Amino acid sequence: MTALLEVRDLATHFATRTGVVRAVDGVTLSLAPGEIIGLVGESGSGKSVTGFSILGLVDPPGRIVRGSVRFEGRELVGLPHGELRSLRGRRIAMVFQDPSATLNPVLTILDQMRLALEAHERIGKAAARARAAEILTRVGIPDAGRRLDSYPHQLSGGMRQRVAIAIALLNRPALVVCDEPTTALDVSIQAQILAEMKSLARESGTALIWISHDLSTVSALASRILVMYAGRVVEEGTVGDVLSAPRHPYTRGLLDSLPSLATPGQDLRQIPGAMPSLSDPPPGCAFAPRCAHAVDACTAMPDLVGAGGRGVRCHRPLGDAP
Amino acid sequence: MREATVKMSVLLGTIFNPARRLPGGQAFDGDMLGYFLQRLAQALVVMLVISALVFAGVYGIGNPIDVLLSPDATQAIREATIKAYGLDQPLWVQYRDFLLRLAAGDFGRSFVFNMPVLELILSRLPATLELTLLAVFGATFAGVPLGMYAGYRPDGIAARAIMAFSVLGFSVPTFWIGLVLILTFAVTLGWLPAGGRGETADLFGVPFSFLTLDGWSYLALPALNLSLFKFAMMVRLARAGTRETMLGDAVKFARAAGESEWTILHRHVLRLIAIPIVTVFGLEFGSTLAFAVVTETIFSWPGVGKLIIDSISSLDRPVMVAYLMLVAFLFILINFLVDIAYAALDPRLRAARAR
Amino acid sequence: MNGNSPLLRFWDEFVENRVALAAFLLVVAIVGIAALAPIVAPQDPYDLASLALADARRPPGFVGSKGFTHWLGTDAQGRDLLSAILYGLRVSLQVGLAAGAFAFAVGATLGAVAAFAGGRTESFIMRFIDLQLSFPAILLALVLAAVLGQGKWQLVTALVTAQYAYFARTAHGAAAAERAKDYVMAALSTPLSARRVVFRHILPNCLPPLIVVATVQVANSIALEATLSFLGLGLPVTEPSLGMLIANGFQYMLSGRYWISIYPGVALIVLIVAINLVGDQIRDQLNPRLRR
Repeated sequence: MTALLEVRDLATHFATRTGVVRAVDGVTLSLAPGEIIGLVGESGSGKSVTGFSILGLVDPPGRIVRGSVRFEGRELVGLPHGELRSLRGRRIAMVFQDPSATLNPVLTILDQMRLALEAHERIGKAAARARAAEILTRVGIPDAGRRLDSYPHQLSGGMRQRVAIAIALLNRPALVVCDEPTTALDVSIQAQILAEMKSLARESGTALIWISHDLSTVSALASRILVMYAGRVVEEGTVGDVLSAPRHPYTRGLLDSLPSLATPGQDLRQIPGAMPSLSDPPPGCAFAPRCAHAVDACTAMPDLVGAGGRGVRCHRPLGDAP
Repeated sequence: MREATVKMSVLLGTIFNPARRLPGGQAFDGDMLGYFLQRLAQALVVMLVISALVFAGVYGIGNPIDVLLSPDATQAIREATIKAYGLDQPLWVQYRDFLLRLAAGDFGRSFVFNMPVLELILSRLPATLELTLLAVFGATFAGVPLGMYAGYRPDGIAARAIMAFSVLGFSVPTFWIGLVLILTFAVTLGWLPAGGRGETADLFGVPFSFLTLDGWSYLALPALNLSLFKFAMMVRLARAGTRETMLGDAVKFARAAGESEWTILHRHVLRLIAIPIVTVFGLEFGSTLAFAVVTETIFSWPGVGKLIIDSISSLDRPVMVAYLMLVAFLFILINFLVDIAYAALDPRLRAARAR
Repeated sequence: MNGNSPLLRFWDEFVENRVALAAFLLVVAIVGIAALAPIVAPQDPYDLASLALADARRPPGFVGSKGFTHWLGTDAQGRDLLSAILYGLRVSLQVGLAAGAFAFAVGATLGAVAAFAGGRTESFIMRFIDLQLSFPAILLALVLAAVLGQGKWQLVTALVTAQYAYFARTAHGAAAAERAKDYVMAALSTPLSARRVVFRHILPNCLPPLIVVATVQVANSIALEATLSFLGLGLPVTEPSLGMLIANGFQYMLSGRYWISIYPGVALIVLIVAINLVGDQIRDQLNPRLRR
């Protein structure tokens, strides 16, 4: 099966006053049509910037400094602005974290959906309204016809995020990048939206990149997981492999700190320390300063080794014979 | 004069936080009629306070009798005149009489022109209105697009040029720009007249300059003079609003949906920044009326601004009082209209009203 | 990450903007020259004995009867324009700084009192200030200047009355935001530490926005003073500020003797623009939203 998206050695850096921040520094990933992968890491690990980089939506002073993003056989890095624009929303869409900030507060839902439709085709008012109502119904908004004339502030947070998802799905894209779309919502709404996303993606054959700091959310949705740390992928594999047999000490730490996996009555285990500064990272493995297994060799950057979509970036991966 | 900077920061807050209100304004709560009556009552109180302040302040200036009479007038004539104008009464009696006359629509007679003040001011008002409207509209329609461009490409050369120009318009006093305009276009180049109103034509029985070509040549310089400050302000407001909204998630989301930059600017950003711009437009219309004082003096434009300066120097009290009352009234009216426009532009406020 | 004190860091960032740095140095230079006007000016423009009517309205570069060159020409009384401008700058700066300082003191106090008093006092003060802010400052100053009569202190009073409201509003906003924070609430409930909190935490946090307003308002005062003087409502003729010099030259401009108005005006504008540029940079630096 040919890949829908192939990201190779992608690096996005931000030139700031205090130095170059290497937010994303050599990420490689691939995605088959209709596949759902999870991109997991704590805040500042570069997972969101990876998502924005795929769509070419990095704001200055950020810049893609190397690597390639091939989507449906086309190279997106360096693609002229007009061509990239015509792909966005039509073939690749994105959903953001905070639905109250992504929707324009002074335009009706219909107006915003029409703008998204008109960006890619000439469409009459009545036809646009029908399309908008149909897709709102599909994302689980009751009484969609009436909701179209509402303003965002008249909807609940969950409804707003459904509208944002509807706008993303409006032109039947092949890939949707979801940047923590449920983080700002109530837990009960989160679960609903997760289930809906999964079935929507399955029935329309849309591939998803689900970005989250929450391993448990991702495991409910994705077939494969990529764990990011300090701008790099440190471990990848199927959900089953990564969850049941993590090989990177950082992944192990993330799993241990999940409340759902903890032994009742015991304190949650934490990863000591904090992520290093991305403008002045330590040499070698970025996780080494926090790692209980670190040895002298960890001052050199380990490669991502492995085969068949299972990989780990560690000199002393867990589960190896000592 | 450059209160704009402070005002602007207040206004920009309103883009994302409609609960923050403007000076003088209050949010809607309750029904429309109640709101209207509440505002009306408030306006009356404000007018009363202002009338007292203005009256007390203005009647402290000099001795108007010296203006009314020649120095060699006899004592008898002096006393007769003082009595005729009620100047022998205590201040509060004069104020009471003034209020009573005011309620009857009588603003008194001008000492200098010897005609009813209301008639005098109304005869000068059209000239000021046409000048002010032209200046404010011109400033808005030129300033907003340029400011949005400067906010969209803040590091470009054009943006820097626009901003440098706006710093000048913001910093250089209006009267000085007037002088330079006269020196350049009237004295050196001789293209446009230095003062006066030119040929007028009647509209609804009121003479206006903008109806004749000759009138336009007289209108051009003072209108340009008066508009430069507002222009600079609109540029800055539009730039700051655009910069801030362009960094927001709403714009990023629109980009992610594949909308063109042009669509984003005129459908999303313009709608978002329209709220503070309309507000400033209203408020600035009022302060432009005030600034017309300076421009009208320089260009000898026969409007109310020149009238008030002349009345101050000739101590024509009734004119001063009536003018200040008129300006206060216009301000209250404008504030009210701005609040209405606000609710029309910001759906979040409409909802609050309907609740 | 260089510089150890916040002030030093602020300065480091400030000097990165070359325009703002140039403007700042210009302001310092102008203030210096104005302060030293009696020493550096070629002529004492107030000394009527040193004036000669034969030297009146001469163009720039004219060598007058006193034997020195009038580099910027002379005015209608035969005054050396350069000297008059230096003295005029002095007057304009005095008035502007005095008005700014008093408006700062009155406004900031009022705003802070309103924020801490709360309740009716707060709403009364702020209502009044909002009302005043909705009224153009120039009209207020115009009427007050007319009512109070000519004179330096009368003018300063008019300017302060017209401008204190901006300080009050800013101080109120900042102080109210501080007051709402938990640590202040906690500290204010114990009388001993209340004073400490006000001076150590609240004032320092209110200061940055007030400094921005102050920079802008000093420039405003200078412009407003010039405008009032131009309209004949400002300072007495014996102490000509830049605005009055410009007004005096206005009548000669139509006959082509531009320098009497233009050069004092250039001095005025350079001063105001420089102050505003400094203020702009400070504001940008203090605005967290524009920080990267």
